Amino acid sequence: MIKVQNITKRFGDFAALHGIDLEIEDGEFVALLGPSGSGKTTLLRIIAGLEFQDGGEVYFGGEDVSRLKVADRHVGFVFQQYALFRHMTVAENVAFGLSVKKRRDRPSKAEIRARADELLRLVQLEGLGARYPGQLSGGQRQRVALARALAIEPKLLLLDEPFGALDAKVRKDLRRWLRDLHKQMGLTSIFVTHDQEEALELADRVVVMDHGKIEQVGTPEEIYMNPRTAFVSHFVGETNRVAGEGGEVHFRPHDVDVVEEGGETVLVDNVFRKGGAWRVEGALVETGLLVEFDMDAALAPPATGTEVRIAPRRSRLFNPA
Amino acid sequence: MKLRATTEGRLTQALLIALALAFLAFFLLLPLVAVFSEALKAGIGAFVAAIATPDAWAAIKLTLLIAAISVPLNVVFGIAASWAITKFSFPGKSLLITLIDLPFSVSPVVSGLIFVLLFGANGLFGHWLAEHDLKIIFAVPGIVLATVFITFPFVARELIPLMMEQGKDDEEAALSLGASGWQTFWHVTLPNIRWGLLYGVLLCNARAMGEFGAVSVVSGHIRGETNTMPLHVEILYNEYDFVGAFAVASLLAGLALVTLVAKSVLEWRFDLHSGAKH
Repeated sequence: MIKVQNITKRFGDFAALHGIDLEIEDGEFVALLGPSGSGKTTLLRIIAGLEFQDGGEVYFGGEDVSRLKVADRHVGFVFQQYALFRHMTVAENVAFGLSVKKRRDRPSKAEIRARADELLRLVQLEGLGARYPGQLSGGQRQRVALARALAIEPKLLLLDEPFGALDAKVRKDLRRWLRDLHKQMGLTSIFVTHDQEEALELADRVVVMDHGKIEQVGTPEEIYMNPRTAFVSHFVGETNRVAGEGGEVHFRPHDVDVVEEGGETVLVDNVFRKGGAWRVEGALVETGLLVEFDMDAALAPPATGTEVRIAPRRSRLFNPA
Repeated sequence: MKLRATTEGRLTQALLIALALAFLAFFLLLPLVAVFSEALKAGIGAFVAAIATPDAWAAIKLTLLIAAISVPLNVVFGIAASWAITKFSFPGKSLLITLIDLPFSVSPVVSGLIFVLLFGANGLFGHWLAEHDLKIIFAVPGIVLATVFITFPFVARELIPLMMEQGKDDEEAALSLGASGWQTFWHVTLPNIRWGLLYGVLLCNARAMGEFGAVSVVSGHIRGETNTMPLHVEILYNEYDFVGAFAVASLLAGLALVTLVAKSVLEWRFDLHSGAKH
């Protein structure tokens, strides 16, 4: 079990983390989700031992590792830009963690080579061991970085924006592949992302962060359906925010019914197809606030400039902070 | 020819190119030709004889010795300084960056004088040195000190922007894989900076062999003992031994040419490698 207790961190005048508490079970796949500057990467780096907290402790399975350096924590870290050693071949990159071991712990050259081959097979890069990182595509480099991190048989795998530098198609394939790999290996893993879709799709549990604090921890389902704060509701998934009695009313675009009577009147501004529905954008006639909602694609889309009455099926009220 | 916003008229182009070529010919090519033709004026025999005099030999050997000591020192200092500046944050960092450039902004004569003021007979440590029978000024150690000071920025200046651009991800990756600090430096950092480092070493070496001003102040011009090649050229010239002066000067010019070629080759390799990354 990974336990983070009351972690604080400042960079000069900027408080990056204030008092983070978090527990992660063995074998869990956890996403740290938040906008830039939320402290998610700092937290990941503190767990890795690449950065040191000003206050608080980090425990790996009951052992206090707060003062241990990264080399002594046995974590696999995958960097956002992969940080592959460009003058080494793919196989040498993967084998690096084994070949820098102290002589008495170091496997033989043949064993190291066999292990590197095995890992390359695991990440589906068989036969590319002799290439240099510069000769690989982004998705392939990402997998080399992963194989390299796994070579030291880490107790914990940490990934910093693992898909950030890839294009959409590769990103989707790699996401699915990584999820399968996690299922297969059962290695406790934490990844940082600013992409809520990525977090919801991959993680067993999502930790939503903002301004150096944890806003909510929960399964993707809980986070999406029952956001605890206005920030989570707004940051995760699409949300309309309108003023209501005693606070802000949030509702999802797909939780809206078009009604004949009652509800709110929307002046339609733009209609386009989004997936299996019409997405209607417009402004509330009463307040001028912008809203968007989905309509059944079997119906005729409303014309621009017409008025439609809507009533949210589900909504949540958040008190002003 | 494709039309571009930056395209000038034919005449302007020709004029600019002619101007640049004329400038190059007058300031670079002509002196180079002059040096070699003067050196070989009295025939190849006189040229060889001029270089083979004991004093010329001593100057050549001293110059090589000075370079052999000061270049490795500045490789170590340069790497250490660039490493400190690019991989850590600490108070006084910007001051250190400024100080690295100091030798470039100070006149070499002043740099030499600083060492005379420190270690000369009437200098700060002069008395103590004399008591212990140590000679720095007007001796080899003084020349080394002055040369190290003058050539300090070359390696560091080459490495700092390079290492800054590369960031510290690679080093962190190596450390996270269990490498020690030394292993990280040897297997990751050094290969990443090798072309930039070689380039810096080359420039550092060229300056170490060619430095005149600072070395002139601290050397004392003792023939066969503390004269480096540039100083020897000046002495011969002042004695109207033109063939001798130009013969030794042609060696320095040859060094410059070799440096230039090596520099171009390195730049080419350097581009090749930095172009292939990521």
